[in-house]
Amino acid sequence: MKPQSRENAGGSGFPMLFYKELLRFWRVAAQTVTAPVLTALLYLLIFSHVLEGHVRVHPDHSYAAFLAPGLVMMSMLQNAFANSASSLIQSKVTGNLVFVLLPPITHVEFLGAYVLAAVVRGLTVGAGVLAVTLLFAVPPLAAPAWIVGFAVLGAALMGAVGLLAGIWAEKFDHIAAFQNFFILPATFLSGVFYSIHSLPPFWQKVSHFNPFFFMIDGFRHGFFGQSDVSPWLSLGVVAGCLALAVGTLLVMLERGYKLRG
Amino acid sequence: MRFAIELHSVFKRFGAVTALGGVDLTVREGEFFGLLGPNGAGKTTLISIIAGLARADAGRASVMGHDVVADYRQARANLGVVPQELVFDPFFTVRETLRFQSGYFGIRRNDAWIDEILENLGLADKAEANMRSLSGGMKRRVLVGQALVHRPPVIILDEPTAGVDVELRQTLWRFIERLNREGHTIVLTTHYLEEAEALCGRIAMLKGGRVVAQDRTADLLKRHASAYLRLRVAGTLPGALAARTPAQAGGAYRFRLASFDEVDTILAEVRTAGLHITDLAVETPDLEDVFLQLMGEAHA
Ligand SMILES: Nc1ncnc2c1ncn2[C@@H]1O[C@H](COP(=O)(O)OP(=O)(O)OP(=O)(O)O)[C@@H](O)[C@H]1O
Ligand SMILES: [Mg+2]
Repeated sequence: MKPQSRENAGGSGFPMLFYKELLRFWRVAAQTVTAPVLTALLYLLIFSHVLEGHVRVHPDHSYAAFLAPGLVMMSMLQNAFANSASSLIQSKVTGNLVFVLLPPITHVEFLGAYVLAAVVRGLTVGAGVLAVTLLFAVPPLAAPAWIVGFAVLGAALMGAVGLLAGIWAEKFDHIAAFQNFFILPATFLSGVFYSIHSLPPFWQKVSHFNPFFFMIDGFRHGFFGQSDVSPWLSLGVVAGCLALAVGTLLVMLERGYKLRG
Repeated sequence: MRFAIELHSVFKRFGAVTALGGVDLTVREGEFFGLLGPNGAGKTTLISIIAGLARADAGRASVMGHDVVADYRQARANLGVVPQELVFDPFFTVRETLRFQSGYFGIRRNDAWIDEILENLGLADKAEANMRSLSGGMKRRVLVGQALVHRPPVIILDEPTAGVDVELRQTLWRFIERLNREGHTIVLTTHYLEEAEALCGRIAMLKGGRVVAQDRTADLLKRHASAYLRLRVAGTLPGALAARTPAQAGGAYRFRLASFDEVDTILAEVRTAGLHITDLAVETPDLEDVFLQLMGEAHA
């Protein structure tokens, strides 16, 4: 072979990194897609069975119909986070991240590939959860654009947060801690299982500092056409958080924080 | 002339450890260059800085004239690195691994070259095997392959033959020498000094994060190593000769030679003394002498 000076040659590494990230979760779809769909199904069975008749959030809809979109969004967010966080920490711990660090991949391409793969995983799981919830309750479809918008933005935000966590973490335990102490409480306290109007005023206020509340509330608005706060406010909060996460990531990548000693 | 690799007073510390204490180094295009030094000398750290895997605290590094920080895309596009650590992605097969790597460099439809790499590294029958199922030596071959997918002008191999059997070593060196003949610049670290001596036209020796020697291999040998004459005689050496060398057990002697002409004079004196030679050998200088001498000196 003749050495090829690559002054002009060589396209972007982004498509391949994105494709590899997709393949990585798709190869183990039983764990990365089927399992979370089953988990959501269990939540739906148990909560809707136990709470039906006790909780009425909307006058016109069953509790199961109220719960379903929340579960869809919760699954999407958790799995988008898990995808980028676990991919990165795995590559770091096993050392094979070096294969991605050696090529001329830009920070934006790197970030884009991980976050977009997380969005695809999130949407795939979300579609699966939505499909099984339809067996129990069919929520209305008041404004599909909001549904798609919050699904994509929410998954992108959590994919970016997962990337942040993956870069910061030094072992799997750190990711687990992040999930247990931040993601899980924030999702449970976001109004997946209830409307925040059923909370005491103090806790309603607290909920307004929880980005998950806005993601769930905005997403649910797409189904019911009504929500606790305006979907525009939710959109602003989610987009703002996403911009903050992406900005932080770009600065971290630029400085080589924890990736390039 | 353009330099394949150029380093200017590169410093790197890890906490209290100074891994690199001001390294200046140049590798010319087309060279087969050896980077030698004991464990912890800073070889891998140096390579990491060239590859952009680590950042220098001070100093500059460039690959084919491209600064590794300011112009990192060009620098990396021109560089292939075989890491010292045996790393792999257990999710994928050998062929996928090579395709991904090629794609990361923005090169799609590279299968003809990938097949050639597989062939030359003796991996053709493992192409569809999962990385997890490969032996250590096989994984090492894939690492070498990954460094070559984009036909980089500059190839750095960080101990590519650690834990590798004789056969692969020979195949690997044949392949790497071919790449070097075709114009690729090769930089190699190894603890097998015979390997370095046989392959590398120029060598830098690193100790404690500093370059203690950087020269053509032949010149290093000339300057720092000597030939020896080993003799075993029946009887005692005459005083003049005995003074040149400490006596060893069983009438064995080892004379340091300033030049090969001295063999003649020594043998003549032995004959004059009427001694019978029972064994004789000439030791040619080798890199190990150079290495030990330089490492010793640098210590003092
Ligand atoms: N990430 C790190 N954190 C702390 N110290 C480090 C790190 N990497 C290297 N060092 C230290 O820097 C020094 C140089 O290490 P380096 O790995 O470059 O040596 P080397 O010449 O490659 O050795 P070997 O022949 O064993 O591979 C050593 O003292 C090492 O302990
Ligand atoms: Mg090393």
